[in-house]
Amino acid sequence: MSPDTHVPEVVVPRTVMTRRRAPQSTESRCGAFQVQGGWGGPGAPGVPGAHDGAGAHDGPGVPGAPGGPGAFPDAFPHRFLRSQRWVVAALCGLLLASCERPPMDSQQLGFRGTGTVEINNPRLMQKAAVLHQVPEELPAVSSEGPKASSVYQNVQVLGDLSVAEFTRLMAAITLWVAPEKGCNYCHAGGNFAADDLYTKLVARRMIQMTTHINSTWKAHVAETGVTCYTCHRGQPVPKYLWFEQPAPRQGGAMGWRNAQNTPSPTVGLTSLPYDPYKIYFLDKQPIRVQSGKALPDANDRALRPVETLQHTESNYALMMHFSGSLGVNCTYCHNSQNFASWSGSRPQRVTAWHGIQMVRDLNLSYLEPLRGTYPPEDLGPLGDAPKAFCATCHQGLNKPLGGVSMLKAHPELAAPGPSAARDMVAPAKAGAAPGKDDAAPARDGAVPVKSGSASEPGHGVAPVRSGAAAAGNVSSLLKDG
Amino acid sequence: MMIEYQNIFTRVQVRTDSHGPAHTGLPLPRGDFERTGEPWYVYWFGKFGEAQIGPIYLGVLGSASLVFGVLWFWIVGFSMLASVNWNIIEMIRQLPWLALEPPAPEYGLRMPPLGKGGWWVIGSACLLISVLLWWARTYRRARALGMGTHVAWAFASAIWLFLVLGLFRPILMGSWSEGVPYGVFPHLDWTSALSIRYGNLFYNPFHMLSIVFLYGSALLFAMHGATILAVSRYGGEREIEQIVDRGTASERAALFWRWTMGFNASMESIHRWAWWFAVLCTLTGGIGILLTGTVVDNWYLWAVKHGVAPAYPEASPAIVDPALMQKGASQ
Repeated sequence: MSPDTHVPEVVVPRTVMTRRRAPQSTESRCGAFQVQGGWGGPGAPGVPGAHDGAGAHDGPGVPGAPGGPGAFPDAFPHRFLRSQRWVVAALCGLLLASCERPPMDSQQLGFRGTGTVEINNPRLMQKAAVLHQVPEELPAVSSEGPKASSVYQNVQVLGDLSVAEFTRLMAAITLWVAPEKGCNYCHAGGNFAADDLYTKLVARRMIQMTTHINSTWKAHVAETGVTCYTCHRGQPVPKYLWFEQPAPRQGGAMGWRNAQNTPSPTVGLTSLPYDPYKIYFLDKQPIRVQSGKALPDANDRALRPVETLQHTESNYALMMHFSGSLGVNCTYCHNSQNFASWSGSRPQRVTAWHGIQMVRDLNLSYLEPLRGTYPPEDLGPLGDAPKAFCATCHQGLNKPLGGVSMLKAHPELAAPGPSAARDMVAPAKAGAAPGKDDAAPARDGAVPVKSGSASEPGHGVAPVRSGAAAAGNVSSLLKDG
Repeated sequence: MMIEYQNIFTRVQVRTDSHGPAHTGLPLPRGDFERTGEPWYVYWFGKFGEAQIGPIYLGVLGSASLVFGVLWFWIVGFSMLASVNWNIIEMIRQLPWLALEPPAPEYGLRMPPLGKGGWWVIGSACLLISVLLWWARTYRRARALGMGTHVAWAFASAIWLFLVLGLFRPILMGSWSEGVPYGVFPHLDWTSALSIRYGNLFYNPFHMLSIVFLYGSALLFAMHGATILAVSRYGGEREIEQIVDRGTASERAALFWRWTMGFNASMESIHRWAWWFAVLCTLTGGIGILLTGTVVDNWYLWAVKHGVAPAYPEASPAIVDPALMQKGASQ
C-alpha cells in the first residue's frame, strides 16, 4: 500500500452515544505512560507537553519519543513507570526462581521422535557427585587360617570367613555404618559375643539381607551388587527410608481426602496419593492399570479390579518416586506413546521391574519383621519398621554410587556362606534378644502373603518371544544395571 | 487519532450518563422480573469492556441457578476446609492441592456415605442443576431481547462435555468413581490418569479433533480480532453492516488475507467459523470422552489396530514383559 493511502482521516467512533473523555489527570498520566511504553499516545499533535506518540510514528519532522527515563520534565509518570517495570522484572524473576539455568546435557536414548531423552544438569550433577563417592577399600587379607566361627563366640553369620577376613569386614562395616560411634554402636561393653544391643541384631539381619540381595536378586543388582554402604553412606540409619503415612488430620467425615491431595514430598509435592509405598512395596498390590485389549471386555476387567482411575493415580505416584529416586524422566524406561507396552520400552524397565519385586521381598522378609527388634523411637508414626524403596539405594542416581561395585572388594557379601543356610529361612531371631518378646509382630493381617503374587498376571501388549531370546535378553540387561 | 487502535486497551469509553440516565435496556414483557440494581460506571472496566455495570436480570432461573451454584461452591469449599481440619491458613496455603473427591470404585452407582464421596455426589447434583438452569436463562434472556439463541447453543456444547464427564460416562461405566474431582491440581491428576488408564488419549480421534478446534479457535480469534482492529480506522468495527454493505475496511481486510494466504473469510462467515470451531471443540471432545472406557478400553491399541499409531523399530534384543517370563519359568 502506498504511503498516501496510509494516511487516515480522523476516526470518530461511530456510535450514537457520546464519547466521554476520562478526567484530565488520568488522561495525562496515561498519555505519558504510553509514550514511554512506545505504544503511542492520544494527545493532539502539536500540543506542547502532550508527548504525542503519534508523531513519533508518522510525522517526519517530529522527533521520536525518547525512550530513556528522565527525558521528560515531569518526574511522576516515570517513577510510576519505572516502578511498574520493576514489578514486571520481579514477577519474571519469581516465575523463573525455581528453574535451573541452561545449558543442560541432553542425551538421546531411544529412537528419534519418541522423546526417549535423558536430560541432566551438569552443574547439579557435579555438585552432587561428592555424595556418590565410594570410600577407599581396605587392603585385602588372607583367607587362610582358622575360621571366625571357631575363634569367636556367637558368630551366626559369616562364620566361614577367616579371622582376618572377618575382622576386615567388621572394620569396613564400622566405616560404612557407624564411623563415629565405632564398634560400640553394636558391641557393648567389650563383649563382642553378646547380643545385648538391638543394633547388633539388626546388623546381623542386614548382613543376611545383603547376601540375599547379591545372590538372589542379580536380575536387579547384577554383578555390581550392594554392600552396607550402598544404603548407609556412613550413617547408622540410611538417609532414605519410608514409613507408613498417617492421614493428615481432617475435620470430620466431610474432610475425606481419599489418601491424596496434600503437598507431600513423597510424591514430588503433587496432589497424587501420598502413600504409594505401602500398597505397592508391602501389600504387593498389582501395579498395572492399563487394559491389554483395545476394546472393553467385562470379564477381563472383573479379573483386574485395579484398572481404575484411582489406582492409576497411585501408580503415577509410585512412578514419581522412581523418577525422583533415580534422577530420571519417565522416558528413561518408557516410551510415553504407550506406557504399558514392553516392546517399546527400554531394557532399564525390566531391571526396574525386578527392583519392585526385590523391594517387596526385602520389606516383607527382612525389614518389616524387625519391627519388634527396634526401640519404639526408631519406628514410624504408625509403629511400623523403617523400610526400603528405590531411593534407599539409588539416592538420586540411575545406578547407585554411579555404578561402582564395592562388592568386588568384599566377595564375602556376594552370597550367604555355606553354614548360613539356616539363617536364610528364619527371620531375625529378635525374640532371642533379652527383653524382646514380640519377635514376629502381626501386621494386623494387612500383608497378603501370597508368594505367587510377586509376578503379576501378565497382560501387557508385548508379544511373548521365545524363551531363549528372552533369557539372553535378561542376561544382557544385567550388565546395564 | 489513528494511534487509537494500536493500543492494547480499549480507548473508547461509551457512557450514557453524560446526557441522561444510565441505559437500563429494553422494556421487559409482562410477567418478567424487574432488573436489579442501579447502574454505575467503572473507568477501568471501560478499558476492557463496557464501563457501565448493571442492572442485572436475575429472574427465577437466574436466582435458582445461583442458589444451586452457591450450594455446590459451599459443599466443595467446606469439604476442602474440613480436609485441613478447619484451618483457614492451611486452606489458603494448600488450596491448589485440595479437592472434593468422587467415591471409590466399590460403591459403583450407589450413594456412598457422605464422608466417602457422598458429598461429591450431592455437590455434583447441585452443579448440574445450576448449570442447566443457567443454560435456560441464556436461552430465555436471548429470546427476551429478540436475539438468536446462538450463545445458548454454544453454551450447550460446553455443557455436553460437562455432562459427559460427570454424568453420562460415569453412568455408562457403572461407577461414580469415574467422575472428576473438584480441585485445581486433583482435576489435572484426574486428566492424566484418564489418559494413562485408557491407553493414551492422544490416540483418540475425537480428542484429536477437539484439539484442532481448540487451537483453531484461538487462531481464528487472533486472526479475526487483529484484522478488525487493523481496519477499524476505516470503520471496520461495523462488521454487521459490512456483511451486506462492504466498505473499504472489508475490502482491505479481505485483500490482506487473499494476498497473504490466497483465501479470505467474509465479514459474515468469519463469525460462523468462530462459532463452529468453539462449538465443535467441546462437542467432539465430549464424544471422545464418552467413548473412552465404554467403547474403547485402550486408545493406543485401538490405534495400532486401525493403523493410526506409528510403529517404531524394536530394541535389539527385544524387550519382553518379565512377568510373562517368570510365569514361563515357574511352569
